[in-house]
Amino acid sequence: MKNFFGNPRLQRYGRTLLILLLIIVMTGPEGNGSQPTSGFTGSFGNHMSFFGFFYPQRWVVFVLLAGIIYGVISSVKLTVHWWRNRAIFRGDTYQRISRTVVATKRRSRLKSTRLGFYALGLAFALYFPHLVTDQSWQTLVVQDVLVYLLLALGLNVVTGFAGLLDLGYVAFYAIGAYTTAWVTGSLPTPPPFGVHWNTFVAIPVAIVFAMLCGVLLGIPTLRLRGDYLAIVTLGFGEIVYLFINNSYGITGGSTGTNQIPFLSFHLGPIKYLWGLIPEPYYYLTLAFVVIFLIVFSSLEHSRVGRSWVAIREDEVAAESLGIHPLKYKVMAFAIGAASAGFAGVVTASQTLFVTPPTFTISFSINILVLVIFGGMGSIFGVVLGGLVVQGFVAYLTHSPPSVYNAADLYMYLGALLVVMMIYRPAGLFPSRRRLRELHLIEGGVAPDTLQVEIGAHRVQEDV
Amino acid sequence: MSYFSSHFATLGHEFWGLLVGGIANGFIYAMVAIGYTMVYGVLRLINFAHSEVFMTGAFASFFLLKFLVGNSTPNAFESVVYLIAAVLIGGIVGALVALLLERVAYRPLRRRSAPKLAYLISAIGASYFLYNFVGKEFGRINLSIDAPYTNNTVFTIFGAPVQTYYIVIFFVGVTMLVTLDRLVATSKLGHGIRAVAQDAETASLMGVNIDRTIALTFMLGGFLGGVAGFLYSIPVGAVYGMGFTPALKAFSAAVLGGIGNLRGAVLGGLILGVVESLSVAFVSGAYIDVVAFGVLVLVLLVRPTGILGERLGRSA
Amino acid sequence: MLIVKDAVVRYGAIEALHGITFEVKQGEVVTLLGANGAGKSTTLRMLSGLHAPSSGTITFEGNDVTKVKAHMFSSMGISHVPEGRRIFPQMTVQENLEMGAFGRKDNYDEDMERMFTLFPILKERRKQLGGNLSGGEQQMLAISRAMMSHPRLLLLDEPSMGLAPMIIDQIFRIIGEIRDAGTTVLVVEQNAAQALRLADRGYVMENGVIAFSDDAAKLLHDPRVRAVYLGESVD
Repeated sequence: MKNFFGNPRLQRYGRTLLILLLIIVMTGPEGNGSQPTSGFTGSFGNHMSFFGFFYPQRWVVFVLLAGIIYGVISSVKLTVHWWRNRAIFRGDTYQRISRTVVATKRRSRLKSTRLGFYALGLAFALYFPHLVTDQSWQTLVVQDVLVYLLLALGLNVVTGFAGLLDLGYVAFYAIGAYTTAWVTGSLPTPPPFGVHWNTFVAIPVAIVFAMLCGVLLGIPTLRLRGDYLAIVTLGFGEIVYLFINNSYGITGGSTGTNQIPFLSFHLGPIKYLWGLIPEPYYYLTLAFVVIFLIVFSSLEHSRVGRSWVAIREDEVAAESLGIHPLKYKVMAFAIGAASAGFAGVVTASQTLFVTPPTFTISFSINILVLVIFGGMGSIFGVVLGGLVVQGFVAYLTHSPPSVYNAADLYMYLGALLVVMMIYRPAGLFPSRRRLRELHLIEGGVAPDTLQVEIGAHRVQEDV
Repeated sequence: MSYFSSHFATLGHEFWGLLVGGIANGFIYAMVAIGYTMVYGVLRLINFAHSEVFMTGAFASFFLLKFLVGNSTPNAFESVVYLIAAVLIGGIVGALVALLLERVAYRPLRRRSAPKLAYLISAIGASYFLYNFVGKEFGRINLSIDAPYTNNTVFTIFGAPVQTYYIVIFFVGVTMLVTLDRLVATSKLGHGIRAVAQDAETASLMGVNIDRTIALTFMLGGFLGGVAGFLYSIPVGAVYGMGFTPALKAFSAAVLGGIGNLRGAVLGGLILGVVESLSVAFVSGAYIDVVAFGVLVLVLLVRPTGILGERLGRSA
Repeated sequence: MLIVKDAVVRYGAIEALHGITFEVKQGEVVTLLGANGAGKSTTLRMLSGLHAPSSGTITFEGNDVTKVKAHMFSSMGISHVPEGRRIFPQMTVQENLEMGAFGRKDNYDEDMERMFTLFPILKERRKQLGGNLSGGEQQMLAISRAMMSHPRLLLLDEPSMGLAPMIIDQIFRIIGEIRDAGTTVLVVEQNAAQALRLADRGYVMENGVIAFSDDAAKLLHDPRVRAVYLGESVD
């Protein structure tokens, strides 16, 4: 009997069946507490499960969508693969050239390939508002995609480059948004010097504020083990939320504020006001994303970026080489905080209101998903991952399936995190360095700091 | 000066009542903290999804009590039976959810010895999945528990009423914690857990099945966590997001006592419960949750190994 | 009793054992010699399931144990004294011994007494924590812990490492007694002279393969062994 159930094929079938049932229940209608089984029984024999997958129209849409996503992903990967290896396809011409030359050339070509991709992407992004003229879609793209990309790029510095898990990332975002509200004089607290400043003034103030909070939180906690950092940042995020939600006299409490002015530019004869139309905001935010991309990729290849890699891979060894781990960790943490603060300004000046429910911990998880999905530490991966995930989220928000509730989003994102960690821990478009680290760790050839050892393993000192 | 003296005056008035409430909360934190500490002992990881074990335990008891008690008023005998049943079901469901977590979110990563960051992320993912899944299946509103007893004042300490609820917590808590302590100190399973915590590879050479021991460790911690969830939910009800804050506090308690140390978790839980309860006199209600976090940061700054120190795998 | 055939062990992309073949017969003491990194410890770890061989077979008493998991070996009659002793530091001496008998369901008080007569010092220290013992005491504890499961084959990894010469002599005398009591022993040693004097046969490993093997007495006088492992001081 044990043999029968121990049969690996049977176990595989069983597992598949269980996952299928789970997906049906996940995508089925909601239940309620007075009839505890309603959510489960309602999911079977019901056309609504699988997001109404079995409605023919939806069926077509979903298959097409899945096909398109798969096609885009695999064609991008294929192209990258082809570019990387095209020297091989050419054969003879290169064979006489020494290996080093080929390698250098390939490296520089790879860079130009990436640049080419970025240029193409940018061109497409610039043209995008003319392609999708629906304003509700444009707003969604600004608010649900571009701002998230800003945040994901910032978190990627903390989690991807430096390997620190920051779950209170949303707190810095909130600090940025509320600082904007404060500086522009939209909070119960009077603005600095009693002047209702222009929103652009809020940008440096918010960045400095967020950075300061990051440094203050980071210095005590970054000395500690990585998992402590995660839980302390989690607590920090919760406290910031509690504060903005309860301090009626300071932050407006649970109602927040909706008095934030539009972004405007007024310098001598040049005047510009970003109004209700999403397009100008689209271009502004896009510009910020591009700036972030440029800044962070140059950071990645700088001395600082290399120090982060060294610390991430082996802190002790890095320290022995004269890299001060705490300094660089705090730096990464502060840069992440600053970019979140900046994103906060962008959001506040776009939506014109800030309210506490935007800034729950779940939001941090959402950003984390973008970083993980694309590939921790790979800017290219984070951008692509962010586009795919947030594009899908924007679609769900724009035209939700019949049983989709916005609150379910985190259920799917949570499941996605687990699935990614089990099957593709380096993300869909991994940084090659991260991939190599993972292989080293999983082969058992890596410094202990990276590995999880079950239980302690202490070899006693000889007496 | 006057701020503090007036607050101390309030404290003096309510001191005993706050103390009783604090100890009761402390037992709940202690039971959850045990789960963190045990998993930390064997895996050197914070089980981020433990808050959901707590929450599902409360839901399981909620449904059982809804079925058993309904609108009736149980007599004394029924009260005890229902209570034991609710504790058991909360614990069992907690243990099962913990087991499931280990199987799905941890074991596949353990198989290929994944980096530490991967475990944390996968546990967080599992936590978010579970919490929103429960929210979807059972509604996102607070469900009030049909308490199996009427909450009378049983006796008073220096004028502070001690209600049935506190007595239930005290009895269940002490029973659970003492049983667990003895189990880990004397049973074969306990020896296995301690051996894995101290040196997993050598433990396997002694014939300890590491996978099984880790799964059982999760289940033991999950059982206590589930029961704690039930006890916590009796006055405030069960809701899908209920686990987050108490679990964060329980983690602080585990660190306060010295993570990996069973008795430390209990001590830390009780201290944290009392400190938090007494701080009501100084901190406004909305910010009471900040106290535990402040304690956590303070401990990490001053003495990261906690009061009793990190004694991994020791019974005492 | 134990037959290893073409066993290959990999750590990720690195191959640590490139197919080794050897045999241990009932009642023997066999020693594996070799420099650091030759693959001796990996061999022992493979024999107790800590590293599964990626190819090749291991047969113990006629049963194929190639794919058996680590925790099953002690109940099958193979006990492993790991390198560096690996005493449970936060358990008392007695608890450490009880861990040795973890897989047993019968009463083992008698065995514990036997260990205490073999190593009286352990009896004195039975209530002390393992981490507080001296190196020699830890080695004695590690050996007696391994003997608690009544093994038919005892695997010893560097029992003399970091110990004083007097203690080493004592440990090797005890290993001889264990063999005389009927337990087969496979010992990995840096201290080749000491090991070869005790052993019946020896295998010499180099870079993950078995370079050569012979009777222990012959190996003791083999010029290759003398040059590399014994130096000049041993006669």
